[in-house]
Amino acid sequence: MNWDSIKKIAQDVSSGKVTAEELVRRSFSIIDETKDYNAILSISKHRALERAKDIDNRIKNGEKIGSLAGVPFIAKDNFLTFDTPTTASSHMLENFYAPYQATAVERLEAEGAIMVAKSNLDSFAHGSSTENSAFGPTLNPIDKTKVPGGSSGGSAASVALKIAPFALGTDTGGSIRLPASFCGVVGFKPTYGLVSRYGVVAMASSTDVIGPITSTVEDAALVLDVMSGKDQFDGTTIDRDTKTYDGKPMSLKGAKIGVVKEYLSSGIDKEVKKVILDNVEKMKAQGAEIIEVSIPSISLSLACYYVLVPAEVSSNLSRYDGQRYGLSDATAKNLDESFEKSRAAGFEAENKRRIMIGTYVLSSGYYDAYYKKAQIVRTKLINEFEKVFKKVDFLVGPTAPMTAFAIGQNVHDQLQMYLADIMTVSANLVGIPSISIPAGMANNMPVGLQLMAPQKADRALLQIAATIEEDN
Amino acid sequence: MEKYLVKGYYPTIGIECHVQLKTKTKLFSGINNDARDAAPNTLISPLCVGLPGTLPILNEQAVALAIRAGLALRAEIAEESVFDRKHYFYPDLPKGYQITQFAQPIVGKGVVEAHLDDGTLFAVNITRAHLEEDAGKSTHPAGEDYSLVDLNRAGTPLLEIVSEPEIHNGEEARAYAHELNLLMKYAGVSEADLYQGNMRFDVNVSVSKDLSKLGTRSETKNLNSFKSVEKAVEFEILRQIDLLEKGKTIVQETRGWDDAKQKTFSQRSKEDAHDYRYFPEPDVPPVIVTKAIIEATAQTMPLLPAALRERFGSFGLSTPQANIILEDRELADIIRFITEEHDEKTARTIANWCLGELMRQVAESELTWSQISKAIPQLVGLASMVDDNRLSSTAAKELLIEIINDEKDPVKLAEEKNLLQISDDSALVMIVQQVLNDNAKAAEDVRNGELKAIGFLVGQVMKASQGRANPGAVQVLIKKQLEK
Repeated sequence: MNWDSIKKIAQDVSSGKVTAEELVRRSFSIIDETKDYNAILSISKHRALERAKDIDNRIKNGEKIGSLAGVPFIAKDNFLTFDTPTTASSHMLENFYAPYQATAVERLEAEGAIMVAKSNLDSFAHGSSTENSAFGPTLNPIDKTKVPGGSSGGSAASVALKIAPFALGTDTGGSIRLPASFCGVVGFKPTYGLVSRYGVVAMASSTDVIGPITSTVEDAALVLDVMSGKDQFDGTTIDRDTKTYDGKPMSLKGAKIGVVKEYLSSGIDKEVKKVILDNVEKMKAQGAEIIEVSIPSISLSLACYYVLVPAEVSSNLSRYDGQRYGLSDATAKNLDESFEKSRAAGFEAENKRRIMIGTYVLSSGYYDAYYKKAQIVRTKLINEFEKVFKKVDFLVGPTAPMTAFAIGQNVHDQLQMYLADIMTVSANLVGIPSISIPAGMANNMPVGLQLMAPQKADRALLQIAATIEEDN
Repeated sequence: MEKYLVKGYYPTIGIECHVQLKTKTKLFSGINNDARDAAPNTLISPLCVGLPGTLPILNEQAVALAIRAGLALRAEIAEESVFDRKHYFYPDLPKGYQITQFAQPIVGKGVVEAHLDDGTLFAVNITRAHLEEDAGKSTHPAGEDYSLVDLNRAGTPLLEIVSEPEIHNGEEARAYAHELNLLMKYAGVSEADLYQGNMRFDVNVSVSKDLSKLGTRSETKNLNSFKSVEKAVEFEILRQIDLLEKGKTIVQETRGWDDAKQKTFSQRSKEDAHDYRYFPEPDVPPVIVTKAIIEATAQTMPLLPAALRERFGSFGLSTPQANIILEDRELADIIRFITEEHDEKTARTIANWCLGELMRQVAESELTWSQISKAIPQLVGLASMVDDNRLSSTAAKELLIEIINDEKDPVKLAEEKNLLQISDDSALVMIVQQVLNDNAKAAEDVRNGELKAIGFLVGQVMKASQGRANPGAVQVLIKKQLEK
């Protein structure tokens, strides 16, 4: 059974047509029915029901709740929340209960949304398939033999499985958009800094963003509307580009849409390419001006990403040393052993791989050759995107060069795994908003269409995405 | 340079100083920065513990204080400075990295003018000064198989001031450290209390026979007194020369200071040095300091020690006297205030009381400088009575403590106590004549040119007048009477 739009749910809860408690119980029962998919790691049994009852009571008393009154949602398990552990799908934080909540979660709760469960992810968000979770992979809701994408695979699968109307994800190099693409749902990555990162387990601070995974663009806009804007606890947050994000469709007439040449060249699945080009034709038919553009440094973006992100990862994971919280090896005989054994047991293989790469590229003697050079490439990429955005309003292309691959297919071939992110990492390096919306099917699996816009053009991006979504 | 030669070697010293900034809260979190009386691990936030998801928010007051420090160091202040992460693992470093400024510090090149005990001025150039957060405190109880970590101090804002290697002996090192301390205190940057560890010094010492080439250096860390700075430098110079003379080489290493043994000792050598893997801190945006901010800050800067020394010198205080006054900020404020509002004579009189009787009273905890500061109007009144010869300086001293304690009007008090000088000449002439009559032998001696005896006669007059006569006037009168 499909959920109504978030707007409708909130209206129905506010008017007493349906109770928040019913909605939360509905989420719980679907979680129970879809256990096989391993999308959910923990359930907020106690707190979610308590909040639902409280909201229902307040409504009975004539109180106004907010724009998300009674709407259940799923948080990726790297958001710090009350009631459930926050594991980041790692043994390191398996028993970690947060003493405070993420700003994004706090803001959603303030508008009446109810977090019902936490979703699976690649450990510490390192991965593109959710296979790197310490608690087993999540299965793709369309085909159980396939991966859901990652790292927000549990969140995307949750929305596809209709566990809740929306889920929260984090996107460091495509971790919201790729799983959205593989699971056939909407995934939105806002402009860097638009949503506070406070209370979210950091992966790479300079590219991490928080965003919604939903069934429709309008829903994504409503969730963004609640979460976005400056936060006193995150010094990198920025002001909103608009008063309200509503995701109302806008006319494509006269819109200049750039088709990025590099995203449609070799390496892309033929069927995926066809779906994307069909979509481009439809945009054209609706009056959009289609312009082919080239961003040469895109060919370097993945290499650049896999220097800079591991560098920040190695640094951000330093705090997990087994001394103050998290997994701590009790057999260690001295301090160094305690560090070593705790970290060896607490991290997954992919975490360790990225720590090693990051440590290497930041080491004296290698810093200039790797980290510094990658920063130069990043600046070049930013400049090239800026230049292209002088010619076009939006960019379009596939979210991934392929559809969801089989579970286990790439686990021993990291390069192949990393290639899944080749079309998404640039938006993170440049800091621009980007959205993946369902565009059709290829190989019997969903294909995601990726749209990008200049920094702080989140409102317009959501609007054009809503128009294209309507047409599909 | 010859004067610096020790057994044929030129010593070179550079000093790094960590200054604790007197902000209300920590560098990146809104937690109380004053851990002096707090129980361990009570002044901590999720950020101080390095919990997942926490983010540093830069304390703007720390930036403002760094700008003040920069102005006090007569230094360039960077329009844009950047924080970096410095990585190493230790239980008292909660994030596994320290947030510091590596490539682009907030304060650039500057200079400190210090002076030796004999008053000689010398300049030390400042390389840079940067903001950083402190780590927590580890203690290792003797004989136990555990260590304790207190994170109250973790995140305390520090300014690390790095000097050029332009210091050449222990006395200069001490003088530089001392002047830096005064600068930070007067610029309002730090409480600058060494006992509380508000300033900690690391001395880099090397020796070389060749002036154009520096020798291998050792770094002695965490010195917390001027004396230990001087002694550690002197010890290192001699230790290194001794090694070289024996044909050995100096190892680049970090050393500690054993205050009981007055010796440095090896802590770790360069081989164990960390690779800190610095890179720009992505969670803290670059710090932008506009010219307008620097100018506005400059407007609020008080007189610094060098200017105060000059001011105090201008009404007759010696450099050592000025330095004693500068040691106490409250005292210096009293004297500065008086020099701004009153004449030199008054200032000098009060400064002398402060350096004498009042300092003793403060040392014995009988009075505080802030009590004395409140009694400035009375002090000024008292001083002008002395300067106008209405009161003897002995009598003034007698009243000094009372006018401070009871905030009494000095004129009234002097009247009450019958201490006002005899200003009526005829009354004084009578006393003088009486004394001359009673001490005919002494009077005769004076007449015969034995001037020693005049002191005796003055003393007798003072006694007879119960100290209310002006000794100068008495002397004149005695001479006049004897000439008759």
